[in-house]
Amino acid sequence: MTLNFNQLWRYQDDFLHGIQMTLTLTLIATVAGMLIGLLGALLSNNRLPAVRLLIRSYVEVIRNTPALIQIFLIFFVLPYAGLRLPPFEAAAVALSIYMGAYSVEIFRSGLASIPRSQIEAGQCLGLTRFQVFRHVILLPALRNIYPSLTSQIILILLGSSLASQVSAEELFHTAAFVESRTYRSFEVYAVVCAIYFVMVLSLRLIFAGAERIAFRWPTRR
Amino acid sequence: MRGFTLSDFETMLWAVQWTATLVIIALALGGPLGLLMAMMRTSRNPVLNGIALVILQIVQGVPLLGMLMFFYFGVPVFLGIKVPALISVSIAFTVFAAAFLGEIWRGGIQAVHTNQSEAAACLGLTRWQSFRHVIAPQAFRIALPATVGFLVQLIKNTSLASVVGFVELARAGQLASAATFAPLTSYACVSAIYFAICFPLTQWSRSLEKKLHVVR
Amino acid sequence: MSFVDIKNVRKSFANVEVLKGVTINVEKGEIVTIIGRSGSGKSTLLRCINGLESIDDGEIRINGEVVHDKATDLRRLREKVGIVFQQFNLFPHMTVEQNITLAPTLTKRVAKGEAARKLAHEVLSRVGLEQKIDAYPEQLSGGQQQRVAIARCLAMGPELMLFDEVTSALDPELVGEVLKVMEDLARQGMTMILVTHEMNFARNVASKIVFMHAGKVHEQGAPAALFANPATPELRNFISSTH
Repeated sequence: MTLNFNQLWRYQDDFLHGIQMTLTLTLIATVAGMLIGLLGALLSNNRLPAVRLLIRSYVEVIRNTPALIQIFLIFFVLPYAGLRLPPFEAAAVALSIYMGAYSVEIFRSGLASIPRSQIEAGQCLGLTRFQVFRHVILLPALRNIYPSLTSQIILILLGSSLASQVSAEELFHTAAFVESRTYRSFEVYAVVCAIYFVMVLSLRLIFAGAERIAFRWPTRR
Repeated sequence: MRGFTLSDFETMLWAVQWTATLVIIALALGGPLGLLMAMMRTSRNPVLNGIALVILQIVQGVPLLGMLMFFYFGVPVFLGIKVPALISVSIAFTVFAAAFLGEIWRGGIQAVHTNQSEAAACLGLTRWQSFRHVIAPQAFRIALPATVGFLVQLIKNTSLASVVGFVELARAGQLASAATFAPLTSYACVSAIYFAICFPLTQWSRSLEKKLHVVR
Repeated sequence: MSFVDIKNVRKSFANVEVLKGVTINVEKGEIVTIIGRSGSGKSTLLRCINGLESIDDGEIRINGEVVHDKATDLRRLREKVGIVFQQFNLFPHMTVEQNITLAPTLTKRVAKGEAARKLAHEVLSRVGLEQKIDAYPEQLSGGQQQRVAIARCLAMGPELMLFDEVTSALDPELVGEVLKVMEDLARQGMTMILVTHEMNFARNVASKIVFMHAGKVHEQGAPAALFANPATPELRNFISSTH
């Protein structure tokens, strides 16, 4: 059997559209997931045991069940709750919830990584609770969790391929479509994997650059 | 059309053995390969090190779903042969496990302080003896929590085998959902079974982690 | 009424009573040094004075205001009460200038920009570190970091300063520069309460020494008299053990 990538060029626009949708899906899940994560982390030492239990359950259920099943559940079950979402939107919701659970854990460890004495120093300077969070805790905590947070974002980019299983239009969906037209399975999946690889690599470079700009202060280690 | 019954749930439980089969194959084949990867990544030979790094980067830079499709649809078409689903899927999960376990174990090996291997060398141990008797046991203890954590990821990710029609737990859920028109019940049951398997492992990983930090 | 009025303060952690009825008065401009063995409750008392710790019984008043009263605006009070910690507690992600101007600009006492920089410059000159205004804490020695921490306090314009074993974490050769800054402050009339192991400093600079033992004020008085004629065997032992 010979390799033939030429046929794939005709579907260039489809691939570009797929890439765009995959990046959109990743962006939505990342932003929404991080917001959920931050909120969850701030609430996870709430005074009310019910609130703590709720967040704990959310994190454990999501982290101990497959993302694929979560996407199916959201897609097939939401209509019963009177919410009929198109596949792409349903996948975005599911991936956000998924990202949120992992983010809660990440942000929680970030908050815990700031010594109590730093918070006290802020309080002693007459800062409000919010000012302490915003000016004393936030940046150093972000720096501490930066590696795990960025790896998680890359996992979400790769995991967004699962959205194709509810027919959401993204890169993997494009792949299945092109394969069904060309029967060039080997070439199609090789190309799609290569595209993901390039996206991951670019994202890593961007993260490394952003790290250098955002966290310039020297540390002991 | 029929309702969701206890027998549908039993079918799911029965499918767990195929999920387990995939996990066992991935560990049995991916484990030794992962150890090889870890040793390559910690070796002083730049070629071996580079090869392992490239493999790692590729596996961690490509969706698992992509690898599954590639080995299930792509490679057989290219070679012009028919390959049973179990084989293709097993190859994909083996590669996946080898790369991730290799990286976890590399971290464990490198966390063992270099003066440990220097001490071993001073006692006249060969490089292999020092790895076998001094480094490996300590690295194993350090890497165990993350290894168990990866096991949970692996179990959850075997659900992707359903995409190529391999009947394991997730696929059994899809079949039940299609046959009974009860997706909520079907997928809730599937989730509950995954949770029942994964949650104890997650807790175990966490307690191992805690113990490790107390001792160190 | 005294400027700082500590009356019969009790404080327990879990089931251990750390402060067992402590009473101390500090007048405006006084330098009060609290000495005693570790575990005698010195640091806890200091943390109670600016409200970092709650108290179980008794009362602490600063300039007439009850610290642990729910109606007291603790944040406003803390702008008048500076504290310097053993571990400096500078913010690692901010330059020296940002560390100093953060609170004054957030509380709107000083405008951002030129005015803030001028303030930073002024307080840094009081600790002799103007040239480090753009450095990050990690780029400074321990002694320099502690002097910046003092400058950060001064920028708030405090009426009372608390020093919690501020030289204990320093290498011996860096202790002097920090003590000198504190001496200057004392000479300028700052009201200070400090917990310290530096007996020479206590002897030479303090206007009053408070010896704490087992959660109580065991003895107090002017340094010369106290060091020359300790009334109790505990203080006698303590003094001889620090020589």
